[in-house]
Amino acid sequence: MNPRATLTALLAPAYLWLLLFGFVPLGIMLYFSFLSDVPLGNREVYFTWENYGRFFSRGFYSQLTLDSLLMGLYTTLGCLLLGYPLAYALAKSVSGRWQTALFLLVIVPFWSSSLVRLYAWIVVLGKGGIINYTLGLLGWTGATSILFTYPAIILGLVHAYLPYMVLTIYVALDRIDDRLLEAAASLGARPWRTFWRVILPLSLPGVLSGVILVFIPAIGSFVEPRLLGGPAGTLLGTVIEDQFVQVFNWPLGAALSFILLLIVIVIMLAASRLLFRTRTNPL
Amino acid sequence: MSRQPTIIHHSRFTIHDSPFLLRLCLAAGLLFLYAPLLVMMLMAFNRSQLNELPFVFDLVWFERLAQNERLLAATLNSLILAVITALTATGLGTLAALAFTRYTFRGKTLLQALLIPPITIPWLILAVALLMLFFWLGIERSLLTLYLGHVTVQLPYTILVISARLANLDPVLEQAAASLGARPWRTFWRITVPLALPGILAAALFAFVVSFDNFVISYFLAPPGVSTLPVEIYSAIRTGFTPEINAISTIVFVISATSVLLVGRELRFGP
Repeated sequence: MNPRATLTALLAPAYLWLLLFGFVPLGIMLYFSFLSDVPLGNREVYFTWENYGRFFSRGFYSQLTLDSLLMGLYTTLGCLLLGYPLAYALAKSVSGRWQTALFLLVIVPFWSSSLVRLYAWIVVLGKGGIINYTLGLLGWTGATSILFTYPAIILGLVHAYLPYMVLTIYVALDRIDDRLLEAAASLGARPWRTFWRVILPLSLPGVLSGVILVFIPAIGSFVEPRLLGGPAGTLLGTVIEDQFVQVFNWPLGAALSFILLLIVIVIMLAASRLLFRTRTNPL
Repeated sequence: MSRQPTIIHHSRFTIHDSPFLLRLCLAAGLLFLYAPLLVMMLMAFNRSQLNELPFVFDLVWFERLAQNERLLAATLNSLILAVITALTATGLGTLAALAFTRYTFRGKTLLQALLIPPITIPWLILAVALLMLFFWLGIERSLLTLYLGHVTVQLPYTILVISARLANLDPVLEQAAASLGARPWRTFWRITVPLALPGILAAALFAFVVSFDNFVISYFLAPPGVSTLPVEIYSAIRTGFTPEINAISTIVFVISATSVLLVGRELRFGP
């Protein structure tokens, strides 16, 4: 076999699969988003801008999008505030076997079912759950549960995506040569100055990857808002789910999904620019 | 993605003279990650049907689980689906990874970049898009549609994990085999596969977990009457649940945690 044929034989199966069941469906989705109705039976179906028109003419949908972006922002902030110190501690305050063991502990939840973790929060936050029970023992009997409120959604999302953030920041921090820090110290830099001027800038690519890996799935999430948010859980993701599962308005669902996809693409393009710039930067 | 040689830091440097504060951060972070799971698992052994305290030890929920045919059937579906999809994705992923690490060709960077969107775009989008594709093609939802969807989300991961392993292998070994007269297939089976095996196994495990845990794709593509464990947990949460869910979740968590810890070294710098 000549190299070209071998190469095609190696690549074709995986990429045909990805093309047929990854990229073609997105094209079909775009097609559906311009239809007036689901093409079923003898139904009269025509092309229309109406689904997108609805998005821009009714405040409800644009508000929904803003709310989802805001939720992504809170989730990302939460992950960053918790994740950076955790990654830092993991990279710099422990070593050897402990480091390996603790690192594995951080990524184990990432490998466990997200639905199991969500369910765990329902058990913890529920009315008779451990938090309310403890508050009751402490004499605070009037406590209401935060389950089915907005903060519960953020809590669930932060818990779901924290490992991504820790992982990417940890890898960036681990790559920093300790000699750079020793050099800074020997030149008289105080620890905090070393952190702000050396460690933080060098870890920024990891932070940025983490931000992307958390923000994108968070704005498209529907399971956490649905199960933890109650009435506060009306967001882009849950409304898209409704169009397919409850309302059976697939064209509108397709249009909303496509708008979400566009937002994701814009974020990814911007991020790849930024990541490329930091990578070409010598330090 | 490469394995890091710096697992052990000989010259330690901490910005604080005492790393106490940092270790506190570490403890707090781990507590946040694990406390809800531990509470949920504890409640699997608690008598209250509503997951309420005080704690009274009881194995009743595990006994109920053993008789809950719906939940067990869903678990079995998840297992079968995860095994078959992981085998497929690992096989196709190994081939593509070989192409990326053993050949130079035009468009390589583009093909590698094409792996990123299926990983990053929200699964909700991919799931509803697949739903519309199958509808448009007139394919009924079935275990086949679930299979097609799951492999699609696994493939980018398996290609990336196996490529990382193959890239770290010394090509001299393959060249030596070839120069000693081994045919390409023989070199592949006797040299490349054994050396890449840890990476291939890691990719297979990763793919297994991606499928076994996947809720979103299954939720939209599963036919009526067939459900997987995550879909069953979701509908239980929505329609009323008993601690049987805690029991099955405990079993699943313990199994996945153990398998990750067992192969942890190889997965350390997985994606």
